Amino acid sequence: MRKMTVAEAIREALRLEMKRDERVFIMGEDVGKFGGCFGVTQGLYEEFGPERVKDTPISETAIIGSAVGAAATGMRPVPEIMFCDFLTVPMDQLVNQAAKMRYMFGGKAKIPMTVRVPVGAGMSAAAQHSQCLEAWFIHVPGLKVVMPSTPADHAGLLISSIRDDNPVMFFEHKMLYGVEGEVPDEIEPIPLGKADIKREGEDVTVIATSMMVYKSLEAAKELEKDGISIEVVDPRTLFPLDKETIFESVKKTNRVVIVHEAVKRGGVGAEIAAQIADEMFDYLDAPIKRVAALNVPIPFSPPLEKYVVPDVKDIINAVKSIAR
Amino acid sequence: MKLKKEELLHFYRKMVEIRKFETKVVELFADGMIPGFVHSYIGEEAVAVGACSNLNDDDYITSTHRGHGHLIAKGGHMDKMMAELFGKETGYCKGKGGSMHIADVDLGILGANGIVGGGFPIAAGAGLSAKMRGTNQVAVCFFGDGASNQTTFHEGINLASIWDLPVVFVCENNMYGISLSQKEHQHIKDISDRATAYGIPGVTVDGNDVIAVYEAVKEAVKRARQGEGPTLIECKTYRHRGHFEGDPTVYRSEEEVEQWKKKDPIKRFRKKLLELGTVTEDELNSIDEEVDKMVEEAVEYAKKGKFPEPEKAVEDVYTDIVEEVRE
Repeated sequence: MRKMTVAEAIREALRLEMKRDERVFIMGEDVGKFGGCFGVTQGLYEEFGPERVKDTPISETAIIGSAVGAAATGMRPVPEIMFCDFLTVPMDQLVNQAAKMRYMFGGKAKIPMTVRVPVGAGMSAAAQHSQCLEAWFIHVPGLKVVMPSTPADHAGLLISSIRDDNPVMFFEHKMLYGVEGEVPDEIEPIPLGKADIKREGEDVTVIATSMMVYKSLEAAKELEKDGISIEVVDPRTLFPLDKETIFESVKKTNRVVIVHEAVKRGGVGAEIAAQIADEMFDYLDAPIKRVAALNVPIPFSPPLEKYVVPDVKDIINAVKSIAR
Repeated sequence: MKLKKEELLHFYRKMVEIRKFETKVVELFADGMIPGFVHSYIGEEAVAVGACSNLNDDDYITSTHRGHGHLIAKGGHMDKMMAELFGKETGYCKGKGGSMHIADVDLGILGANGIVGGGFPIAAGAGLSAKMRGTNQVAVCFFGDGASNQTTFHEGINLASIWDLPVVFVCENNMYGISLSQKEHQHIKDISDRATAYGIPGVTVDGNDVIAVYEAVKEAVKRARQGEGPTLIECKTYRHRGHFEGDPTVYRSEEEVEQWKKKDPIKRFRKKLLELGTVTEDELNSIDEEVDKMVEEAVEYAKKGKFPEPEKAVEDVYTDIVEEVRE
């Protein structure tokens, strides 16, 4: 094991895949010489050259659309969209082209592309540079959606995403880029559709994604002082979703809190809650609770932003509201 | 340019294939045999045939909602096309795509497209892929005058131009974006003028003259294969039918339609061939008869095919996941 930040782990996964497979290439705004808006692709331009670490114009539709065309014709592009919020621009190429081509063509096309997307609030970037829009994409059949938390998960899941023959949305929280964690010396792919239990517990299942995994683990320490033991389940991929692991945990605790940074209304939590209610009703001893951002755009001023996004205290309160 | 007799006959045959296929489709649609939407290519045959006659099997095209002509010109099989229009499992897409999504990836046909202007960045990407893989392939992006106002027009052509990608952007200016005339939807006459904005060659040709289209695209394909980047070619043409079958076409005059029918690309080319004396009327007539037979066979193939089993609807979303069936 070695220590790596999330950004380093992503970079290492990109390096490994680019070395392993010459069809893999990176494209996006300022990903080359500049090293990426958040420095994630630093050094890759020098190592692999401008042909495989391609600086694009500020032209998100061209980035995604050309990745679709390249993927359909034998390449394995890894385009980056600088901020999740900018996904609105190439939405047609993602939703109507990338996601549906295989199906519309009767299964005769493969679109192996991985779209890397920084998400999240926490740096006063305001309403157009802070969103978590992952829920939009689980609503689109044809796309896979990955949203990891730890450095090791980012690395292993990115490798699997790049090797996957389907379009994958890979959401990275920008406030996690500097967070350190243990990464195996030999990075192995982590299969999509496998949740990970980040902390075992007995009383309440807390299903958390991305940054909220860390906040839930903090909450777990506080709750322990009050004698409440929570199990923190990180789905890691939102589609395919590892229902089995989630359901096993629910069987054990009979109580569920779902935590994500995206706004609550229509969020991934609603889908997960519906699946639990549908299939695990008999195991539930309390209503399913969701902890998520308030249903407003992300504001600029630090106290406003902090108020809107869920924090440790919100998770603690939700757990306590349903704990035995 | 001196064209060989086989080439001239190929142009003629392909245009007739499109015309007769489309004429039959119009008829079958009216009879209720074809569900959904149909956008007829009748009148624009010279564009698809002139352009695709420059391409190899492994070259790429991106097509449009009005795509049947491009597919036939690129070598698509009429029987599988017709079966797809019927929604049969024997169709190109096993009944999952229909008229607006027919594709044959093995023939480089990256699909018709239901989104106006959807193909620009995809064609750029296919060109990028060819360039990165070091092949000699080119991609031709077909689009209409309406699509030239979409953001994808700008983003796709700009990307292709800065990276010198082997792409040829072929505009079928049929004078209308659905019901809106070109005069009402853009403040220019020649869409090829827009090439200036990307520092690439732009040419306008008579889109009802198959040889004019062929020669313009030939030059552009040559440039593309030599690594000199994209070209924008505007072909002025006209659709004889409405935007879609059932379109009352209240936005244009009968007189205008009749004027354009006089410039019918197939009639004109047939006349020209006979004047040149390189072919005989008998030769052309026998092509007509062969194509009639092909179309009849395609219809038979389509009729004979089965509808897909309903549960097949859940397949082909992903390469590796079939999530659920209805209980």
